[in-house]
Amino acid sequence: MSADIYKKVRANPKFAELEGKRSRFALLLTAIVMASYYGMMMIVAFAPEVMRTPISTGSTLTIGVPIGAAIIIGSWLLTGWFVNRSNGEFDTINNEIVREATK
Amino acid sequence: MIQRKHLLAALAATLVGGAALAADAMGAAQKQPLNLTAIGMFFIFVVATMGITYWAASRTKSTADFYTAGGGITGFQNGLAIAGDYMSAATLLGLSAMTFAKGLDGFIYAIGFFVGWPVILFLMAERLRNLGKFTFADIASYRLEQGTIRTFAAFGSLTVVCFYLIVQMVGAGQLIKLLFGLDYATAVVVVGVLMVIYVTFGGMIATTWVQIIKACLMLFGGTVLLFLSLSQFGFSLETAAQKAVEVHKDGIKIMGTGSLMADPITAVSLSLGLVFGTAGLPHIMMRFFTVPNAKEARKSVFVASGCIGYFFMVVCALGLMAIVIVGQNPDFYEGGNIGGKLIGGGNMPVMHLSKAVGGNLFLGFMSAVAFATILAVVSGLALAGASSIAHDIYARVIRKGTASEAEEMRVSKLSTIALGVVAVLLGIMFEKQNIAFLVGLTFGIAASTNFPILILSMYWRGLTTRGALLGGLIGLISAVSFVVLSKAVWVVVLGNATPIFPYEQPALFSMPLAFFFTWLFSVTDTSARSKIDKAGYDDQYVRSQTGIGAASASSH
Repeated sequence: MSADIYKKVRANPKFAELEGKRSRFALLLTAIVMASYYGMMMIVAFAPEVMRTPISTGSTLTIGVPIGAAIIIGSWLLTGWFVNRSNGEFDTINNEIVREATK
Repeated sequence: MIQRKHLLAALAATLVGGAALAADAMGAAQKQPLNLTAIGMFFIFVVATMGITYWAASRTKSTADFYTAGGGITGFQNGLAIAGDYMSAATLLGLSAMTFAKGLDGFIYAIGFFVGWPVILFLMAERLRNLGKFTFADIASYRLEQGTIRTFAAFGSLTVVCFYLIVQMVGAGQLIKLLFGLDYATAVVVVGVLMVIYVTFGGMIATTWVQIIKACLMLFGGTVLLFLSLSQFGFSLETAAQKAVEVHKDGIKIMGTGSLMADPITAVSLSLGLVFGTAGLPHIMMRFFTVPNAKEARKSVFVASGCIGYFFMVVCALGLMAIVIVGQNPDFYEGGNIGGKLIGGGNMPVMHLSKAVGGNLFLGFMSAVAFATILAVVSGLALAGASSIAHDIYARVIRKGTASEAEEMRVSKLSTIALGVVAVLLGIMFEKQNIAFLVGLTFGIAASTNFPILILSMYWRGLTTRGALLGGLIGLISAVSFVVLSKAVWVVVLGNATPIFPYEQPALFSMPLAFFFTWLFSVTDTSARSKIDKAGYDDQYVRSQTGIGAASASSH
């Protein structure tokens, strides 16, 4: 039974379209997170003096602190965006596909 | 330089190792006077969680209830439970200790522990939920040959579970000796017995709630500690940083980065092992099967990564403030010698900070939270191990699906008891051993055996039974060999002069080997079975994407 349903899903052009969109989105976000993390690690490895720049003149805290916090908070916000779009837009299309295949 | 490298390796081992105060605590943890406040608070925690276990037991009727709480956990609850799994005693103690010792480096280091979570969400969470039922072997053997791959995957899970249990048990014993003033053996037995009770009676429902409560306590404790500590600096992190720079022996250097990249290969290898090893830990993967659908699975990672990210930032801020509050107080140093050896060892700054700003009562609370943490993690591990034995090996491989629910349940409960006994015995056996290597081993195996099979089976049509088995084996053998040849075993345990493998973490090398040979043995596989394996991909793909046919939540 489910083999037929799976075949129907594959035959539905919406499925290919959804998959394209969804994987591009997931890969884009993965790339952003990885690039910002390994980018920061590169700065740490090759230009450590950058991390020692004070936030503003006279302050002791260096920009390493906000950069680090920005990576954590930023990638968390990306997860929020991902969940929002997947659970909304993508799931709506997905439910249509499932409905069309099982009717 | 050498000293820095050593510190990095030691902290790496500590941090990765869940409870493993391993690297530091070995031999260092001297018994402290009996801490009645801490014991009292821990007792309250135990009573409350026993109540939950009693309630959970009445709702644990089927194997689905037992393994995955019947898929009835919400995304928010599961997110807290995942965060609970990840915010271990070691992250609380280890990350704050690293910031205490090294300043900004500690914070940058912590980020490496965080970035794996968004990636797990983007690439894996949904597929895990849609393909899995009870165990990770369900996914690995979805379209590959059941007997072979399920056995191998179950073996991979059990190996990871057993090593990780030893690490946790030894860590628990040392930590409890230190914080509660109890005997090592008593502590290990208490952990073992409570774990068996939670799991055999309450299954996944009880285990999840223990995690949730513990996560909330930890977030609460951390936040209160942050507030109390900040109040000593007029709620200004800048003031705290200024004072820290004034008193720290490295001065202004602590506000920049340095030692982190003294050994970049170990740092990168560690971060790979951590990110992908985490994704390959059976008790973490299992958490994704406890929610009703992919939607909730995604939500749970959002909640989990929010809590984890927040907690890591708090912990690092605590480490910074401890430089001033703990680092200048002779009461916390052996013999009152400031800058000498901290009482209880290098992992203790945050505990001393609790005492300094919150008094004995708050220290007792934080100690109880640390103990609860270990308890929660070992329960998850025991459950994952029991499900591998009962569901994969017994019900699927030995009985080939003919076992009744009642029989499978009985086997899973017996397995839990057996795992509890083994864990206690190994924990006692390894008391005086240097087990830092087990940490590298656990994550190395998870990242090089479980993870490649998992990700390739979900993403690569060409994966065949032969490729998965041989590639997985090579990943396993290479991870074990690299660890044996590294300093932690070759020099420290076996007493040789120099390590053959120069790095502490195997993942950077063993993972590519596993992937390469899985690929090689798959593309050269022309057997009849390989055609079935590949033909199964299309249907698996549709299911992984749409959730059609995915195991759904039970009625309650």
